Amino acid sequence: MEYELIICFETHVELDTRSKLFCDCPVRYNASPNSAICPVCTGQPGALPVLNKKSVEYAVKAGLALNCSVNRLSRFARKNYFYPDLPKGYQISQYERPFCENGYLEIEGDDGAPYRVGIKRIHLEEDAGKLVHSSDSFDEADYSLVDYNRSSVPLLEIVTDHERNPMRSLTEAKAYLEKLKQTIQYVGISECAMEKGQLRCDVNISIREKGKKEFGNRAEIKNMSSFRFIMDALEYEIKRQKEIIESGKEVKQETRLFDEAKKITLPMRSKEDAPDYRYFPDPDLLEVALDEEFINRIMATMPELPDQKLAMIIDKYNIPKNDAITLTRDRAISEYFIAAIETCEDNRRLSNWIINDLFRYLNDASVSIAECPVKPEDMARLINLIVKGDLTEAIAKKVLAEMFTTCKGPDEIIKEKDLKPVADDSLIEAILDEVEKENPDAVSQIKAGDTKPVDFLLGQVMKKTKGKANPKIVREMMKDRFKV
Amino acid sequence: MELCDKKAIELAGLLKKKEISSRELTESVLKRMDQKEPSINAYISKTKEIALKQADEADRRIRAGEAVSPLNGIPVAVKDNLCTQGIKTTCASRILENFIPTYNATAVQKAINDGAVIIGKTNLDEFGMGSSTENSIIGPTHNPINRDYVCGGSSGGSAAAVASGEAIIALGTDTGGSIRQPSAFCGITGIKPTYGRVSRLGLISYASSLDQIGVLGKSADDCAMMLNSICGHDPRDTTSANVAKPDFTSSLEKGVKGLRAGLPKEYFVEGLDKGIRDSVMNAVKLLEKDGMEIEEISLPNASSSISSYYLIATAEASSNLARYDGVKYGFRADTETDDAVMMYEKTRSRGFGSEVKRRIMLGTYVLSAGYYDAYYLKAQKVRNLIKSDFDRAFKKVDCIITPTTPCLPFKIGEKMADPLQMYLVDIYTVSLNLSGLPGMSVKCGTVDGLPAGMQIIGRPFDEEMILRVASGYEKISV
Repeated sequence: MEYELIICFETHVELDTRSKLFCDCPVRYNASPNSAICPVCTGQPGALPVLNKKSVEYAVKAGLALNCSVNRLSRFARKNYFYPDLPKGYQISQYERPFCENGYLEIEGDDGAPYRVGIKRIHLEEDAGKLVHSSDSFDEADYSLVDYNRSSVPLLEIVTDHERNPMRSLTEAKAYLEKLKQTIQYVGISECAMEKGQLRCDVNISIREKGKKEFGNRAEIKNMSSFRFIMDALEYEIKRQKEIIESGKEVKQETRLFDEAKKITLPMRSKEDAPDYRYFPDPDLLEVALDEEFINRIMATMPELPDQKLAMIIDKYNIPKNDAITLTRDRAISEYFIAAIETCEDNRRLSNWIINDLFRYLNDASVSIAECPVKPEDMARLINLIVKGDLTEAIAKKVLAEMFTTCKGPDEIIKEKDLKPVADDSLIEAILDEVEKENPDAVSQIKAGDTKPVDFLLGQVMKKTKGKANPKIVREMMKDRFKV
Repeated sequence: MELCDKKAIELAGLLKKKEISSRELTESVLKRMDQKEPSINAYISKTKEIALKQADEADRRIRAGEAVSPLNGIPVAVKDNLCTQGIKTTCASRILENFIPTYNATAVQKAINDGAVIIGKTNLDEFGMGSSTENSIIGPTHNPINRDYVCGGSSGGSAAAVASGEAIIALGTDTGGSIRQPSAFCGITGIKPTYGRVSRLGLISYASSLDQIGVLGKSADDCAMMLNSICGHDPRDTTSANVAKPDFTSSLEKGVKGLRAGLPKEYFVEGLDKGIRDSVMNAVKLLEKDGMEIEEISLPNASSSISSYYLIATAEASSNLARYDGVKYGFRADTETDDAVMMYEKTRSRGFGSEVKRRIMLGTYVLSAGYYDAYYLKAQKVRNLIKSDFDRAFKKVDCIITPTTPCLPFKIGEKMADPLQMYLVDIYTVSLNLSGLPGMSVKCGTVDGLPAGMQIIGRPFDEEMILRVASGYEKISV
């Protein structure tokens, strides 16, 4: 039987602000436990929240990037529940009137056409603290400790619409997640470092037999922090829900957890056990009124988004689409490329070298482009040397390796290692004399009109010059010499 | 008359002229505390050593000729739901029995900055929930006028302390009448400023949209003097208003001539004690004689104020009090269980008193799925109606005069079994919290040996008007 599916995401993005959402405490990863806390973020009696303005700006930026309408009046609400990592017994979040609503994110749909995944809302909320158990396994732990460093760190929740263009396949789901992460990074409001938990997802999926009208109940899988696990979980869920439907039963609406080791989802709580969060407007915080000026100012400072950058790199720099996609996948990469291109004389060659060579070094060394030891202007200079014929591709590769390990510029390395090409024609003529003498058969073959051995002779010259001769020039000289 | 029986404003003058020292004054108050506390029970914590140190420091400033605030050297009592750094702050609750804040409430800090001498933390109804100061871990505070009677609440400890000379002036909080009603019951003067006039930072929340810090004193000028110290915008409380800060003492002498006061007919109906009614009407006549214009007004939605108050206040309380879970600070029930939920249940069941638990349950219900619209939202709509009643009235009048309470102080224990009767004691006061307006209570007579209070209500941020009327009345009522 064929099935159709609906996939929706609630994505939590930790915002890259200096201080927390409602207090002055710094946002710090890997700080010693409870070293970045205060009365506000630990829920001390009498403490009051004060909204971090930067986070509002970030929420609006995200909204604009995701084509949302920005509410001129927003408010915070309390989501009430008990948990030891939640110091106030409620989370300050948003319910009615979030900062942004009704947007979309364009991806490539399964049919190859652009598909605008509906974004229902974007709201700000505070993160909870973190529980640290005395044993790796929760069941075996004697006690748990609470670290409130993360408490009240700003989170942006981006919710897709299950009615307006939801994702219809795993491929679309993956495309959405990647595009979302890419977009957020471009906007510059979060690194989205998944290993640091800066991007986490709750995943909703429901299926129906093709041709049937209604979708089945949805399962929600909570708190996923890896795209690969999300795909695994979705795959498992599709299989599980199909089996239920095929056995004539109904899928239950429930919240499930993903077991990373077994790659299966397990029930966490049913719809009936779903907590009543008793949302109500937080009386400690005023409504947030955003005026046109504020929104216009943000609009004016919006960075180029992935699609715009992609179009620019294709049209302005004449880079093939696939390469341009690779170069824009990450904002830092595109910025690197654009920085290098300013002084570079061969855009395509630069793009090839970055994609084929520089990426390999970065990968091998597990270094991000932001920390790349080769400066963009040095990369451009290296390409320019090749273009001018001052460096052969082969030598250039050696130079790049050296640049990567030493952080030095290409000219310095060429000088140090004596890699400067042989520019003296008489020297090459002398070497050609030698080569001609050593290979009389090849020479007579060429003179007889068969140009095949030219490459062989060229190789001999390159060998004798340790690659420092310019093959183009040598070829020209051979042409003159052998009259071919 | 002993020093501790004098008004703050007089004492400020004596201190300034160096006729007395703050140490002498503080010792007088401490001596009175020693005498009266066994029968009054106004304090949860006494801070004698801190007080004497602050008194000496205040004296040093005067001797050194430094420019000092009128509050410099004046002994002040602080309600025990206001955070005091290093001093136990309990909210009269077992759940915070041993809680010591790491910071001062903004209002307390401002008073200290102005040289106030903090003499102790006063009793209250647990978390401010009550109208008699009977719901407390240390037991009830007795009315200094007759110790068989309640002192009112929830700032009953502060009111009793001021009335008995156990403090010169006191800070209280008012969520539904908790400054004005005990002021009336103890025969003193109390002011609840406009919501947002005084920072709530460090006020341990009961109902955030209603809570406001204010002053209990022996007279309007005492209240004005203290209010000058504690008010003002606080960037750390976004609900505190960024408005100009007047000198509240400057309007006190202006008198009431030419002012227009409204008497809401809905406040003078069945259920109001006849003695109180007569006292208020006599006061109104005096004011009229002094040149005030009196007219009847209508606040048609007044009768809905108690019900909407108890929905909104309990809803907010159910959330505000969720943080007391035994995890981070305060009381935790010793439990053998390793189940966190069980720990919460036992801690909260044992840590809170029955009135607090009643309100948490009410509020939880009010916010529940399926009831939110019918209760919480509807109450908010009624709240707006009550607010617009006042807006309309204030187009015609400068202030509104009502009784502070419908009844005289009652006997300790009398209403404990009947929460609804207790709630109705706040019938004239809660509407101000719902609408954010400033209000005062001044003593306007004695009925059967017990004091009656008159409430004066002003426009938003027009505390000057109600202080002026209160002060004007004090002068002609002697």
